[in-house]
Amino acid sequence: MDFQVVVLAGGNSKNLNPLVSKDVPKPLLPVANRPVLYYVLHQLGQSNLKDLIVVVEGEDAALLVGGWISKTFVDGLHVEIAAVPEDIGTAGALRAISHHLTAKDILVVSGDLVSDVPPGAVAATHRRHDAALTAMLCSVPVSGSSDSGSSGGKDKTKKSGRYNIIGLDPCKQFLLHIATGDEIEKDSRLQKHILHAVGQMEIRSDLMDAHMYAFKRSALQEVLDQKDTFQSLKQDVVPYLVRSQLKSEVLLNGISQAEENGNEKLSSLNNQVLVYQILANASTPSFHERYSMEPDGSSQSRKTHKCCAYIASNSSYCVRLNSIQAFMDINRDVTGEADHLLSDTSSDRDNIIGPSPKLGAKTTVGPQCILGEGSEIGDKCQVKRSVIGRHCRIGSHVKIVNSVVMNHVTIGDGCIIQGSVICNNVQLQERVVLKDCLVGAGFVVTMGNEYKGESLARKEK
Amino acid sequence: MDPRRSARTVSDPKVRQVGFFTPAAPPERSCSDPPRQLDPIQSLSPSSAQVNDHSPSVDSVSPVMIPPPPHNNSDTLFRTDLQVTSPKTAFSYSAKTVTLPTENEDVTSSLSPSRKVVTVKSSSSYPCVKASSVPASELTTVSVVNLPPGISEKAGGASVEVLNDRPVSSKSLKEKTSKAERRALQEAQRAAKAAAKAEGTKASSAASKVVTSANTKPSKAAKPSSQKNDGSQVAAFEKKVGDRAPEKDRKKDAPHPRMQYDDTSRVEKAKKRAVVKQTEVRNRVELFRHLPQYEHGTQLPDLETKFFELDPMHPAVYKVGLQYLSGDIWGGNARCIAMFQAFKEAIKDYSTPPEKTLIRDLTARISSYVSFLIECRPLSNSMGNAIKFLKNRIAKLPLVLSESEAKATLMSDVDRFINEKIIIAEKVIVKHAVTKIRDGDVLLTYGASSVVEMILLHAHELGKQFRVVVVDSRPKLEGQLLLRRLVRKGLSCTYTHVNAVSCIMQEVTRVFLGASSVLSNGTVYSRVGTACVAMVAHAFRVPVLVCCEAYKFHERVQLDSICFNELGNPEAISKVHGREDINYLDGFVNQEKLQLLNLVYDATPSDYISMIITDYGMIPPTSVPVIVREYRREHLWS
Repeated sequence: MDFQVVVLAGGNSKNLNPLVSKDVPKPLLPVANRPVLYYVLHQLGQSNLKDLIVVVEGEDAALLVGGWISKTFVDGLHVEIAAVPEDIGTAGALRAISHHLTAKDILVVSGDLVSDVPPGAVAATHRRHDAALTAMLCSVPVSGSSDSGSSGGKDKTKKSGRYNIIGLDPCKQFLLHIATGDEIEKDSRLQKHILHAVGQMEIRSDLMDAHMYAFKRSALQEVLDQKDTFQSLKQDVVPYLVRSQLKSEVLLNGISQAEENGNEKLSSLNNQVLVYQILANASTPSFHERYSMEPDGSSQSRKTHKCCAYIASNSSYCVRLNSIQAFMDINRDVTGEADHLLSDTSSDRDNIIGPSPKLGAKTTVGPQCILGEGSEIGDKCQVKRSVIGRHCRIGSHVKIVNSVVMNHVTIGDGCIIQGSVICNNVQLQERVVLKDCLVGAGFVVTMGNEYKGESLARKEK
Repeated sequence: MDPRRSARTVSDPKVRQVGFFTPAAPPERSCSDPPRQLDPIQSLSPSSAQVNDHSPSVDSVSPVMIPPPPHNNSDTLFRTDLQVTSPKTAFSYSAKTVTLPTENEDVTSSLSPSRKVVTVKSSSSYPCVKASSVPASELTTVSVVNLPPGISEKAGGASVEVLNDRPVSSKSLKEKTSKAERRALQEAQRAAKAAAKAEGTKASSAASKVVTSANTKPSKAAKPSSQKNDGSQVAAFEKKVGDRAPEKDRKKDAPHPRMQYDDTSRVEKAKKRAVVKQTEVRNRVELFRHLPQYEHGTQLPDLETKFFELDPMHPAVYKVGLQYLSGDIWGGNARCIAMFQAFKEAIKDYSTPPEKTLIRDLTARISSYVSFLIECRPLSNSMGNAIKFLKNRIAKLPLVLSESEAKATLMSDVDRFINEKIIIAEKVIVKHAVTKIRDGDVLLTYGASSVVEMILLHAHELGKQFRVVVVDSRPKLEGQLLLRRLVRKGLSCTYTHVNAVSCIMQEVTRVFLGASSVLSNGTVYSRVGTACVAMVAHAFRVPVLVCCEAYKFHERVQLDSICFNELGNPEAISKVHGREDINYLDGFVNQEKLQLLNLVYDATPSDYISMIITDYGMIPPTSVPVIVREYRREHLWS
């Protein structure tokens, strides 16, 4: 279908600070015992998109991610990994691999997107309107904002600004305005000429930019070339394209049409124009066409490009893993309501238990739980709504509720863990009580300590 | 010529037959290729010339016919050609299997130097690539191993083809002989009649023989004697073979029956095949149960999600399908052009898969595209004609052409069709129609026809003084777009809805209408509401001029707008766009007692139509069959 897919799997994220580390870059952060990148790649693979470019920040991370991909997707996917220097932003990353992009349209997906929205839908919308940019919007996850009581107290202050303000045309097909969270605090600027051309704009704050974009390659490359300062797709490139859609400097329509016309013989040029005219007259003109026609009525004097929006239906699941809160939510949802994302596991049972866990006597594993392979749980434990990784050793009389326990964790007898994230290789000695805590990799919690709402991580040496 | 004429006019008063017989001769010979049989008309046109042209057995007998030398030669030529090329393809293919992995390596290495690109796909991708390529290569190596027989194998392939050809030819032979038989009978009767007319048959035949080369009619007249003779000879053979042939012919010739959507079992079957998800609307109007109607809301999202999964579908075709489905493109001409441009793209990117021939494979490919487009929205008659044209062009491609040449020819054919049949036709129509516009006229038009728009604009450019009344109707309100363009060009317009047509008709002096299709009984099949406008105009004695390109003419006869029609989205009429406050039907749509009917087309009887302006001139609606008959050939085979 002439689409190239770029997965932007950034390396480290400040928001996820104690969870990600050198050994576990962000794309490999486990969600229900699978790296988060798995969900994206799996979704793409399901849609028959088997040629992917995965862009990772930092070479070490790239090696790690590469190793994992080659191990996991042995059969299906053709993945190329590009390592880009850190802190050049998403736009910078695309700029870096720009010369590898050859297809007509580029689908850019964020590596931390956990969603069941088919990418084909975005692509189809993009093609149907012949747009320069199509962004997927999804409704803001309600669960994430409402019952935030349990965990991640850290970033609550930030979360108020996490919404996007998005302007749509009355048919909800075109994107007229987009502002990401940080800008909202300041004054938001609307383009008057866009408002004038469309006549009516619907401004919504209940939609979220899911960071899945389809770009027309020529447009994308042009923008990246012209605007050296653009760092981020979301904050610079997309708003720029949306802003300038009626005063296009990207020249896509003009060039492509000129090329097409140029190929024809001169004699038939006139007829060709007529054909275009018939085609144009036969379709309902969007405001772009009306705007470009308006001044003198005949020729297309103003250049425009279209920015479309694909709004995912409410029933579909779509969350980005960009905060600890989101991490908790996704873990809960993937084991719970959105368990169809874990396609190959049997979904008829409530909980998923790996092939060889050893459960002690009178231990109960509640619904919406996942136990990785090789984990051992002692006697009289309770596990509710939690994910436990591989090769964990959990003593007896342990209670784990609403938590994520990664791989190779040792938990002593009598621990109580609520709403916490425990990273790889952590040791919890006996009778530790954790509530709403984040425990970084390799940390050792000594016996009998109680923590509440803290972030525990090893000091950098 | 003369004696025959006089005899004819006296003998059979059927004037219609004039159109049947006159100028058919020259194209007849040129189109003696087998694909012709595809067309129903062809079977109607009793061309014995072509019969002879083809089957040598008959050929040897008939004295009048010119022997068909090029045919045989070319045939053998192809065969040798095939033999020569087949090993080549095998070799190239095997070579390809060797290069494939390296190609991949190339890609990776080319990626690496500029920026650090670690390619991991190694283990993952190669097996998969190999998995896909190796079996194929094995297949080919098998064919390479027995190369000497391989050639024969290939030749076997070719011979299969030849075999394939043969049944066709033999079938055609059968059909032709049977046809010839019928013809013979008919001719005999006619001859008898002529004899009864005391006109010397000898004289006529002699006369005809003189004219032979120019006209087929004489040859036909001459035929009875010869045909009779050989008919008696071949009769036994024919009887054996030809018994079942007619039935098959009839099946083939009969227009493909449209699916009746009230036949549940068939609908189920079709649904299984369908690419587009088709949920049937439950409450359908009884009278229109046989037409497809689907839940409009569900189709588009579903098709969109499959975007990447429909592998064989060409993106351009897919895009056009989406545009049909979402209603982004409408209007017969525009849809046809969009479709053809998509096909052109598809042909451009087409490459014949190994061990297949372009003609067959491309035809199948186009057919699959067409069925996809039909699922998105039923085709109009004009598009059917256009597709028929394209398929004929593909089938008629000479085998000697290389793939690129064939593709180039086809693409230029597509362009030519768009240019000649649509663009130039429109220009000619405009030229004709403008003569009918005088100063002071008040012209009424309904909907938004591209031709009518061009006519109005052109007349305005010529400086004619006239006013335009644009009549429109819900739910599409496409007249508003037309109005917008007309007003911008400085025409003075009146805009009204079809409800008010009887009031406005009093001041109108001419009605210009577009058409989706013109059927051979003169019925004009067009946007719903056209019939109403035409009827009112007729009642007010206002001439109704229908402007329609000849490629939209169709040989079907239709008396009402019920048998064939298209059902639009019922939501479109239950809701008013842009007026959310008009919501009286909200929640009622799924009620069992409520049935919504949004028809797309209607049929205007020819009584209401004063004249049809087409690219062949201005004709009364009674002459449509002539155009269909005479120029159909040209559409399809020129």
